[in-house]
Amino acid sequence: MSTTQATRKAPPVRPGDRVFAGLSTGAGILILVILAGVGIFLTAKGIPGILAKPDEVKSGQHFLPWVWPLVYGTLIAATIALLIAVPVAIGVALFISHYAPRRLGQIFGYLIDLLAAVPSVVYGLWGIQFLAPHMVPFYAWLNKHLSFIPFFGEPSATGRTILTACIVLAVMILPIMTAICREIFLQTPRLHEEAALALGATKWEMARLAIFPYARSGIVSAAMLGLGRALGETLAVAMVLSVTAGEVTANLIGSSNPSTIAANIALNFKESTGLSVNALIASGLVLFIITFLVNFAARALVERRSEFSGAN
Amino acid sequence: MAKSIDVADLNIYYGDFLAVEGVTIPIAARSVTAFIGPSGCGKSTFLRSLNRMHEVIRGARVEGKVLIDGQDLYADDMDPVNVRRMIGMVFQRPNPFPTMSIYDNVLAGQKLNSKRMKKAESDDVVERSLRSAGLWTEVKDRLDRPGSGLSGGQQQRLCIARAISVEPEILLMDEPCSALDPISTSVIEDLIHELKTQYTIVIVTHNMQQAARVSDETAFFNLSGVGKPGRLIEVGRTEAIFSNPQEPATEAYIQGRFG
Repeated sequence: MSTTQATRKAPPVRPGDRVFAGLSTGAGILILVILAGVGIFLTAKGIPGILAKPDEVKSGQHFLPWVWPLVYGTLIAATIALLIAVPVAIGVALFISHYAPRRLGQIFGYLIDLLAAVPSVVYGLWGIQFLAPHMVPFYAWLNKHLSFIPFFGEPSATGRTILTACIVLAVMILPIMTAICREIFLQTPRLHEEAALALGATKWEMARLAIFPYARSGIVSAAMLGLGRALGETLAVAMVLSVTAGEVTANLIGSSNPSTIAANIALNFKESTGLSVNALIASGLVLFIITFLVNFAARALVERRSEFSGAN
Repeated sequence: MAKSIDVADLNIYYGDFLAVEGVTIPIAARSVTAFIGPSGCGKSTFLRSLNRMHEVIRGARVEGKVLIDGQDLYADDMDPVNVRRMIGMVFQRPNPFPTMSIYDNVLAGQKLNSKRMKKAESDDVVERSLRSAGLWTEVKDRLDRPGSGLSGGQQQRLCIARAISVEPEILLMDEPCSALDPISTSVIEDLIHELKTQYTIVIVTHNMQQAARVSDETAFFNLSGVGKPGRLIEVGRTEAIFSNPQEPATEAYIQGRFG
């Protein structure tokens, strides 16, 4: 009997399956290779920048004290942009998918997709030319009435503040988040919507009972895509923000603001030489790691309640 | 609890399309009424018009009257949300909310009615509803587990528990057993027998034995051709419909000589 096992024929392998398996595995591996390539590049080029002495780089500072304000600026800009954009994106997506008449919803969806195609330099122009000056009175009002909150300190006269940059960022990440949320909301199973309606849910209650729980992980994914863009957005921030190097302040509407990592690289790369370039690359590595950590955290958040996700 | 339904000359339209025509049927309180008939004959549409669920499809409207203990469901000042809180519904496929625990599923309707309940009170509602739905002993140790982890039959009983937890006047069931195996089906049929002491039950079924087993009254729907509206052909005591139907179409359908 033992010989039968040795001589048993393997099931036939079909060429189509094999080609497809090879292609998809290859595509998967390619992603890893690219990621590893970027990671290795950033690490190899960045380490000399991290180890550089203050008198060897343009900033005249050790790496950590130099990069910390940039990290702070990046995180605060991206976080506030996300806080502004997520509720709006969910609201707009829900309007398109469930409230608007079908035709209007389609037109609306199309317009949102168009917004995503506007280049960031245009948003930057809009931010600096239009939004910033128009925000000045509002900032003065915020300072006058809410100055007990540390966010609203001495206001800027130009309006080129971190809060303005956040609003520009929020507008920029809105389309992609709205588009994803809309697609997911549209896929809510009819069965769950009807379950809620049959219990006597109003439209909003139906959204809370059936649509949002079902769309939860999708909303997190959409927010992560938006956050990724906000963390990495360079040009619009570089244009809008009036930067003071090394600034770390809670004041969101002041005239001296921390820069973000990406904007700082863009603004300084051309004029940098030697170890200063390495320091900039090292700050890129920090951004790379931040993005990773944020994504891991988001996945973990979704995973923790996967039992209740509706996928089973 | 438990109210009667009086439908008078009801036409149901989807846009310009007349889906169901001229239905007049009285349904007594605390009874089980079964709707039978071929696919597309409008029995589900008619069932859904009894709690205005057909209105989820755009362009749906009705002509005629549906009276619940004399109160017109389609009166101008009647809010469909209130109608549905009064008239519960169980669907063809079990649809517990997948993101909620068993406990929260049962309480979903209560929460919509925005009742603030103490823990002990909501525990009581959950236990009472699950007992009525014959599910309590099976799930009492895992009330915090997701409802989607139960078997199909258990999920359907969970949906029944959810529907009756708000103590509706009427319970509508749209082919509640068509996705279930015979054992789960018989459990649900027994449950229908018990529930009719408290609720007015209307059930749509494709299974004629089921109609014969569970219902007091049976209504036969049919349509004369594709694109024509569905009509109520005959309604009467279930024994009478199955043993001595008045209409030839009913007889043909019941005996399986259809078409």
